[in-house]
Amino acid sequence: MKAYLILADGSVYTGEAFGAERDAMMEVVFNTSMTGYTEVLTDPSYYGQGVVMTYPIEGNYGVNYADMESRRVWVKCFIVREYTALASNFRNEITLDQLLKEYGIPGISGVDARALTKKIRVNGTMGGYLTTNPNFNKDAIVAQLKDYKITDAVKSVTCSSARNYHGSGRRVALLDVGAKDNIVESLHKRGLDVTVYPAETPAEEIIASRPDGIMLSNGPGDPTECVEVINNLKKLYETDIPIFGICLGHQLMALATGATTEKLKYGHRGANHPVKDLALGRVYITSQNHGYVVSKINPEAAEISHVNVNDGTVEGLRYKNKNIFTVQFHPEACPGPQDTEYLFDEFIDMMEGKRDA
Amino acid sequence: MPKNSSIKKVLVIGSGPIIIGQAAEFDYAGTQACRALRDEGMEVVLINSNPATIMTDKDIADEVYVEPLTTDTVKKVIMKEKPDSILPTLGGQTGLNLAMELAEEGFLAEHGVKLLGTSSETIKMAEDRQSFKDAMLDIDQPCIESKVVETYADALAFAKEIGFPVIVRPAYTLGGTGGGIAENEEELAQIAPHGLRLSRVGQVLIEKCIAGWKEIEFEVIRDGAGSCITVCSMENLDPVGVHTGDSIVVAPAQTLADKEYQMLRTAAIRIIDKLRVEGGCNVQFALEPNSFRYAVIEVNPRVSRSSALASKATGYPIAKVAAKIALGYNLDEIKNAVTGKTFACFEPALDYIVAKIPKWPFDKFVTAERKLGTQMKATGEVMSINTCFEGALMKAVRSLELNIYSLDLPQYRALSEDELRAELRKVDDMRLFVVAQALKKGLTVDEVHNITTIDKWFLGKIDNIMRLEKDLTEKPLTPELLEKAKIYGFYDKIIGELVGKTDREIKSLRLKWNIIPAYKMVDTCAAEFDAETPYYYSCYGSETEADPQSERKKILVLGSGPIRIGQGIEFDYCSVHAVWALSRLGYETIIVNNNPETVSTDFDVSDKLYFEPLTPEDVENIVDVEKPYGAIVQFGGQTAIKLTKALNDMGVRILGTDARDVDRAEDRELFDEVLEVCGIRRPRGKTIFTCDEAIAAANEIGYPVLVRPSYVLGGQGMEIAYNDKDVAVYMEIINRSVQEHPILVDKYVHGKEVEVDAVCDGTDILIPGIMEHLERAGVHSGDSISVYPPQTISEKDKQTIIAFTRSLATELHVVGLINIQFIVAEDGVYVIEVNPRSSRTVPYISKVTNVPIVALAIRCMLGERLSELGYGTGLYPEADYVAVKMPVFSFEKLHDVDTSLGPEMKSTGEVLGVAPTFHEALYKSFIASGLKIPALGNMLITVRDTDKDEVCQIAKDFEDYGFGIYATGGTCAYLQEHGVRARRVNKIAEGSPDILDLISGGGVDLVVNTPTRGRQHNRDGFKIRRTSVERSVPCMTSLDTAKALLAAIKQKDEGELGIVDISTI
Repeated sequence: MKAYLILADGSVYTGEAFGAERDAMMEVVFNTSMTGYTEVLTDPSYYGQGVVMTYPIEGNYGVNYADMESRRVWVKCFIVREYTALASNFRNEITLDQLLKEYGIPGISGVDARALTKKIRVNGTMGGYLTTNPNFNKDAIVAQLKDYKITDAVKSVTCSSARNYHGSGRRVALLDVGAKDNIVESLHKRGLDVTVYPAETPAEEIIASRPDGIMLSNGPGDPTECVEVINNLKKLYETDIPIFGICLGHQLMALATGATTEKLKYGHRGANHPVKDLALGRVYITSQNHGYVVSKINPEAAEISHVNVNDGTVEGLRYKNKNIFTVQFHPEACPGPQDTEYLFDEFIDMMEGKRDA
Repeated sequence: MPKNSSIKKVLVIGSGPIIIGQAAEFDYAGTQACRALRDEGMEVVLINSNPATIMTDKDIADEVYVEPLTTDTVKKVIMKEKPDSILPTLGGQTGLNLAMELAEEGFLAEHGVKLLGTSSETIKMAEDRQSFKDAMLDIDQPCIESKVVETYADALAFAKEIGFPVIVRPAYTLGGTGGGIAENEEELAQIAPHGLRLSRVGQVLIEKCIAGWKEIEFEVIRDGAGSCITVCSMENLDPVGVHTGDSIVVAPAQTLADKEYQMLRTAAIRIIDKLRVEGGCNVQFALEPNSFRYAVIEVNPRVSRSSALASKATGYPIAKVAAKIALGYNLDEIKNAVTGKTFACFEPALDYIVAKIPKWPFDKFVTAERKLGTQMKATGEVMSINTCFEGALMKAVRSLELNIYSLDLPQYRALSEDELRAELRKVDDMRLFVVAQALKKGLTVDEVHNITTIDKWFLGKIDNIMRLEKDLTEKPLTPELLEKAKIYGFYDKIIGELVGKTDREIKSLRLKWNIIPAYKMVDTCAAEFDAETPYYYSCYGSETEADPQSERKKILVLGSGPIRIGQGIEFDYCSVHAVWALSRLGYETIIVNNNPETVSTDFDVSDKLYFEPLTPEDVENIVDVEKPYGAIVQFGGQTAIKLTKALNDMGVRILGTDARDVDRAEDRELFDEVLEVCGIRRPRGKTIFTCDEAIAAANEIGYPVLVRPSYVLGGQGMEIAYNDKDVAVYMEIINRSVQEHPILVDKYVHGKEVEVDAVCDGTDILIPGIMEHLERAGVHSGDSISVYPPQTISEKDKQTIIAFTRSLATELHVVGLINIQFIVAEDGVYVIEVNPRSSRTVPYISKVTNVPIVALAIRCMLGERLSELGYGTGLYPEADYVAVKMPVFSFEKLHDVDTSLGPEMKSTGEVLGVAPTFHEALYKSFIASGLKIPALGNMLITVRDTDKDEVCQIAKDFEDYGFGIYATGGTCAYLQEHGVRARRVNKIAEGSPDILDLISGGGVDLVVNTPTRGRQHNRDGFKIRRTSVERSVPCMTSLDTAKALLAAIKQKDEGELGIVDISTI
């Protein structure tokens, strides 16, 4: 069956439908990872977004449920050059097509993903609409797309109640603003006891649980929308509890301490972003997925610890006189390089008092 | 860290002659590195024995030594040039070994020469099997159960301990030379002693065989600050068991989920970090297909064949970045030359798939053992880029120039399912086609997987191709079906055959339905950043990115495709120089080529690079977009020449000699008319098609005769026939591949062979130099030792040669280059061959005469007059030096190939010896060729009856010098009769100890054997020659070569060899 992707600029891409048969409205972004579609699809940070994969063949190794990064598929529509049902991998359980169907997510294949990516690069992230109805009303759809904005993202993806992953080590409170499972796993496999809290859990409740450290997760959407979370972070900042933030968590902590954020033209989404650790003088390849970035920091509160080698944007902050550090990229990987996993160890060192800001 | 300012003068060691396992990739890497060093203001001293390389140009390095790659010579260069540093990791294993030897013996430290980049400790840790294993153990990286042994007894004991099959890998050898899989004790007894002998340090590794695991490679780069990136992952379609150089490889890896991918990527980074490599490094893994188990197979702490492939597959210039790291830069200080905006510190993102297929020499060596294993056999490779695997594979297949455009080969169509199952069990160069046929015949992907262990993903994709073929034959041709066929890389002609139309009809349909190729850019970043480098590949169903707008006139330069016997790196040298010359003259240059190992496919050599098959359709598609002012076919060997007619049909102006005149030189009858007009003789000959005609022609002309196809390069299928039976045998072999042109039968004329390359402007000629072949006519010019200037040709004959060259060039209206081969016989000069194009001798003769031949040819082609170009006309003054070009063979890697020299070319590469005298140059070239020159010892002589007379004098001369002489029955008696104290040795049939025992037992240091006719392998001569090769005993199959060797041996006593900086010639 034919599928049609209509963009806010009025252009239409025609391809073959796969996955669930339904229409979808979305913000269209691109991802340059060459592996890891299961992880991408299930990353809550993609809430409200349709993802174009620049790598031209998707589906090669099928889907293994254990590779899912959350309880469901969050990507609203999967846009690929070629979908292959040839799924060859010893862990393969279902095909990519079946995964999308299971979660009611439509896909489109046969699209010139490179042309689409260039369009987004030049014009910036834009709204898109997917339909299998050949008689779609383009003008009406384009008009709708102009007003499309992702709202209430964090509220939609966060967990509904707290849950604990028992461990024998230090106790970490993980604030779930859209957490990928591998953040929990990265802490838990190091022996930590992890309690995951819903995004808007009051600071007082977290403090009262007397954690050894607080982890701020990744998540979707415009960080400035998360007013409640930011207010809570202001309170957590005042405590002496070590805090480690990733992605949205990093942006929210920055906002809580007087920094500003801005939306990037087309974001950073991929597994090849070079980030320089200014303290070590070494560059690491990181996994990234963000549309917003910390634009101006409050130098009273924090200093830049990491920068993006490609465009110089802020990739990490270390807070002055505080046991707080945050990064824009994803040390938990999945998908992508595991090169910055050592940051979880630094977090543990910090909790154990071996390391002081 | 900024550049280390104490580095000012750097010695770069090249990799020497092209041999199997070490091909053009090191010219590419070395050239790129030298350019990077000079960009940084370094003075570059280069040493390489290979004169066909671009790196040995004075445009690339400041001082150039085309000298033997021995520690002795390198020491002399270091003492003369006093470099402060040496860059050891760009000249392949050869360069690395040399640098290591000099470092180990303290020479470098003594002369204050630093090793740049990766340290000698690191190299040792990576190269020495045991220390590598220990290092891997340290960081919990699993290796395969293995043990380093130094004796066969230990090898056997360990093999029994871990159980057969085992893999034998010699330490410090290239392309797995001397290694192999031993299934049992007998096989081990064959392989292990051989490997022990070939290893530089007398060690082999006995390793548990894990054939069938996935083979995955990573190219990794690390800088001095410890930042690490992986440039590219690659997956072999052929599972572990086939050498990676003989495997079909795709990039990036296709069948790994992110979990396995990251596991291996992290392992690669931990390994390079542990080894503290500063520069590029290649890590090979084996991955058990049904678990997360993996093992590190090998690490190469240097640029390699794989790094060349990874560079071309991604657009990331590994050698350049490695050179800059060696100078002290960090990755985040080196600009990404493709985007011009980002830095070298990132990992390329591909938005296409790359396929590489090896080019094997089995079309030339029809008797060679085609089985693939741990010893590499391919001479070269092709690469293709597409948006789907099917399309990439199909483009790569037709790039091989095997006249194969589809996976459905006629020779397998008649096989039954059972026969196909049996064929599938063979691991050889044809496996891809057998797999395709098996799938077509209805064997399931599962069954084919069970037999071959090739991953089902690849099999499924091949199945897709075969299903589409079926659809084309069975279903009506709709626009959708045609577009899908083009997306899958189907060639118009094949589609036409399947649907019952001509290729032109298919093209018309495509144009009608708007199914035209799009050209996409290779930009390292999947379009995330704006890129400036016009490096293109074609695909269908897409928007094009090609930008044909240009202020300048555009010229298309057609490259020479994969490196193969008869068409090597020298044509890449010519193509690159053509591009440079055109750029200097203000033209926009467009290269079309598909060889990932070469300089010509480096993205910054031409203004535009189209990485495409060199077929009429693929070239026409580019012409349709670019509409070039003209095309140049003279420099790309037979590959480019073959496209002349197609280009003409497309209406593209062929620069230089007119296609009709090319035809007059290539077509026998037309050429006979040309000769008649010029009053030049050639050996009598006939053109025929069938075997009966051949025999009739041979009898009419009189034996011996030469039999060969027309339109060939490298003497493919050419043989000297002495009787009707020989003719019948050769005709059968020639006709195994489809012949579109007639076959030639010529009288074989006895005499000296002389070769000339000339530049012509249509009126005048310039001959940079005359080259004399040391072997008499009958040995292919590419396999002959060639001497410049000629040593034994009379002034009168030289004048005749010049006059003939002038009249042929004039009569053929040659504009550009012409190569003519002459025979100087007792009764005068004959012409045997005229090639109105560049030849394999152009690079070497350019270097030793300092005449920029390619550039002059280009200027003539664009209308300039030779008389105004500053190099005069006629014969250019002879140099004060003598240059001897020596062929180099790869016989030890190709079992069952006869090593005897004849009209069919067999060498894979060449070296040059340059010296003030002929004998010194000759001696140097023998050393450079890697021949173990015996100082003294025993020689074995077995020759055919016709040579007995002549060999007597040779035997006497060797005896007088101090050699002991062995010979078999007839030869021995003859020698004794003529006063040579020859000792008799048994022929094979006469019982042990026989001649083979003598060679195997190390009883002789030199063998002279002239072959009797035929290709039968049961003959003694063949066995003698093969045994010699396998025991590394020099074996001369031409009496002329044997004479030359004695002259060289004597030269050894004449004292120290000098070195010559050819940039000062």
